[in-house]
Amino acid sequence: MTTESANDAGPRFESVPELRDQLRKVDYLSDEGIAGIVFLADRLGKPILVEGPAGTGKTQLAKSVADVLGARLIRLQCYEGLDESKALYEWNYKKQLLRIQATKADDGAGEAGGWEDISEDIFSDDFLLERPLLEAIRAEDPVVLLIDEVDRVEVETEALLLEILSDYQVSIPELGTVSARQIPMVFLTSNNTRELSEALKRRCLYLHVDYPDMAREKEIVLTKVPGLTDALADQIARVVRSIRQLELKKAPSVSETLDWARTLMLLGVEQIDAETATNTANILLKYQSDIAKAAKEFAAEEKSFSGDGVLSKGS
Amino acid sequence: MDDDGALTEEQLLVGAPLLELLSGFIVELRRAGLPVSLTENLDAMEAVRHIPIEDREAFKYALAATLVKNHAHWRAFETVFEVYFSLRGAKWSMDPDATDDVTLGDDEDRPTLPEGAGDAAGQAGSGEGLSPEELAEMLFKALAKGDQAMMQAMARQAVKRYAGMEPGRPVGGTYYLYRTLRNLDLDGMLERMMDQAREESPEPLTPLEERLEQDEFEHRIDEFRKEIEAEIRRRLVADRGVEAMAKTLRKPLPEDIDFMHASKDEMVQLRKALQPLTRRLAVRLARKRRHGRKGALDFRSTVRHSLSYGGVPAEPKFKYPRPAKPEIFVIADISGSVAAFARFTLHLVYAISGQFSKVRSFVFIDGIDEVTSYFEGTDDIVEAVHRVNTEADVVWVDGHSDYGHAFEVFWQRYGKDVGPRTTVIILGDARNNYHSSQSWVVKEIRAKARHVYWLNPEPKAYWDTGDSIVGEYGTHCDGTFECRNLRQLERFVDHLV
Repeated sequence: MTTESANDAGPRFESVPELRDQLRKVDYLSDEGIAGIVFLADRLGKPILVEGPAGTGKTQLAKSVADVLGARLIRLQCYEGLDESKALYEWNYKKQLLRIQATKADDGAGEAGGWEDISEDIFSDDFLLERPLLEAIRAEDPVVLLIDEVDRVEVETEALLLEILSDYQVSIPELGTVSARQIPMVFLTSNNTRELSEALKRRCLYLHVDYPDMAREKEIVLTKVPGLTDALADQIARVVRSIRQLELKKAPSVSETLDWARTLMLLGVEQIDAETATNTANILLKYQSDIAKAAKEFAAEEKSFSGDGVLSKGS
Repeated sequence: MDDDGALTEEQLLVGAPLLELLSGFIVELRRAGLPVSLTENLDAMEAVRHIPIEDREAFKYALAATLVKNHAHWRAFETVFEVYFSLRGAKWSMDPDATDDVTLGDDEDRPTLPEGAGDAAGQAGSGEGLSPEELAEMLFKALAKGDQAMMQAMARQAVKRYAGMEPGRPVGGTYYLYRTLRNLDLDGMLERMMDQAREESPEPLTPLEERLEQDEFEHRIDEFRKEIEAEIRRRLVADRGVEAMAKTLRKPLPEDIDFMHASKDEMVQLRKALQPLTRRLAVRLARKRRHGRKGALDFRSTVRHSLSYGGVPAEPKFKYPRPAKPEIFVIADISGSVAAFARFTLHLVYAISGQFSKVRSFVFIDGIDEVTSYFEGTDDIVEAVHRVNTEADVVWVDGHSDYGHAFEVFWQRYGKDVGPRTTVIILGDARNNYHSSQSWVVKEIRAKARHVYWLNPEPKAYWDTGDSIVGEYGTHCDGTFECRNLRQLERFVDHLV
């Protein structure tokens, strides 16, 4: 089986810490869990299902891994109504028609017996339009396949993916089965707008990417927004953490944190005070009610908000 | 993490013992309600072969990635993991004789301790001679600096000293936790840290800074608490054995928590689980409305698409169906026993109110009041639901459920608004305190409305026992549903559209 030969290529990553370093070099700050699971996915030859709130770098993870591997990223953006002809392959019927007409013209009189040849001919590689999934399977060079927002397709369409995800092959009735020349790294991302089918989940490793903890968020801000002072980055990370603890319609994502950091830098802010925070809160938060709530918290008089907060729960 | 090398000797012998432990672990996960399939089980076994076995964190992530495919189950997984793969062996026994060895073993046990902290932790480890004040002082320093290793050592010391754990004592972990925390006065610690922060700062802290400092300290204290919990759990596991411990710690998954008997902690979990659920439902319902049905033939589009087939209309196109949205009336009993259930259902219904053309809600105990206006013009459903509980005028005589009277008043006041597009949902346990049922109202409503459903948060076995008359009302409804947890509630809403 191709599976064996693909494994001959050897594992892509030596160890988890090394992978983390490599990811860091392409400006993706992973944590132990993320790097560990990517590492495992490579060793086990399994796809990764990445879930988590929007804007936590799910898609970026796939891109960064492709960067590290020097591989080509093939991306399939999922949407409602996605079907076989957009995801797997399609016969180029226009070309097929032309071919048939050309044959007719050549033969002039048009003898019988030609049909066999033609039908064999028009269902060959030349007339096949590759779509992302097939492209990833047939690629000679190293590729990373990203199936983005897989929760957007209908449950029935998910079935299209199953063959690829478990056996790395595509069956085309007219051509037979196309097996992968190498096992590509596969990432599926989901925003969890619906429960994915058991069959799909079973075939994947599961990675939940959550909002980073404070230290990591600070590091991310520092890496992605050059020129920011350490103190300001620290404050930003702290404020964002506090905001995420509120009960909001939508908590600020990492990308929004970065936008906020850039804004503060452009404004020349050196120290965040309640006023700055309130004035720029619309960059972090996208709902008016959330902004109002946060503004109230920023300005809150000493301790009126917490009192016995975390501590009293257990005792 | 500092727990490297934390696996017991038996786990280091990769092979049969590890396999046995793993399969026990997976059985426990299934008991806790996680759907672990056979292939996932095999994947987990395969996965642990690829990671350095002495790295506890990596081990944990390998198991999680292969076994847990739903983030809501993470907490349950973590609990089971902590029980099965925590530090074990004689070192963790509660036997006082053995504790002397603990102090010796401690330092060897923590090779990853940072250099500076090593001494401190050593001191703490052998800190039998410390007075409670000194201990508190060290804890304060550890917390103020956010020194992880030190905090762990302090947690261990505190549990040893204050929890008063004895082998074989049939007491739950919360009791020990309470005893330990009582002696530590963490609230006071927070105060002290805040004072110190204020002093150290060159200028007075702004409210925002104060807030941030406090969040930071609370975060640390929370971590310290978790460390203490973990410590107690480890000792309990050592004393009672893995399986017994796993059983006591087993908690229902968020979607299985019973509305009527949820603890305060579980309520928080429920509320967290509700949000992603509403989002999922909204998407699913919107999708369902558009699909499954085909509209009339779209002539224009069909002709347009026929061009690519040389004018042959090979592919008929249809218009998008736009089915009418239903109108929802929610009538909820909010008396004590079923209040939580009513709250969650109202929350859910309003969160997906975009899927309905109109939502009106009424709450009652023995009087009935319309609360639709609380939800209008506000984005904050939590706040609105809170107002329903505090402001609605629902008491008529004595504040004991009287379904009959509530229904009667509903019919008088709002009966004329029920129309052929209305779906009426009644929430309650139908425990009528032996008042008259007035079930003719439900019958009348059904005659006018499109559907009438009854959701009962009680287990089916209790229906029609005592003063419950759900059966009598049920005969006039299009369906009565047992609705004890989020899973059942979700299924019902799905059915609704």
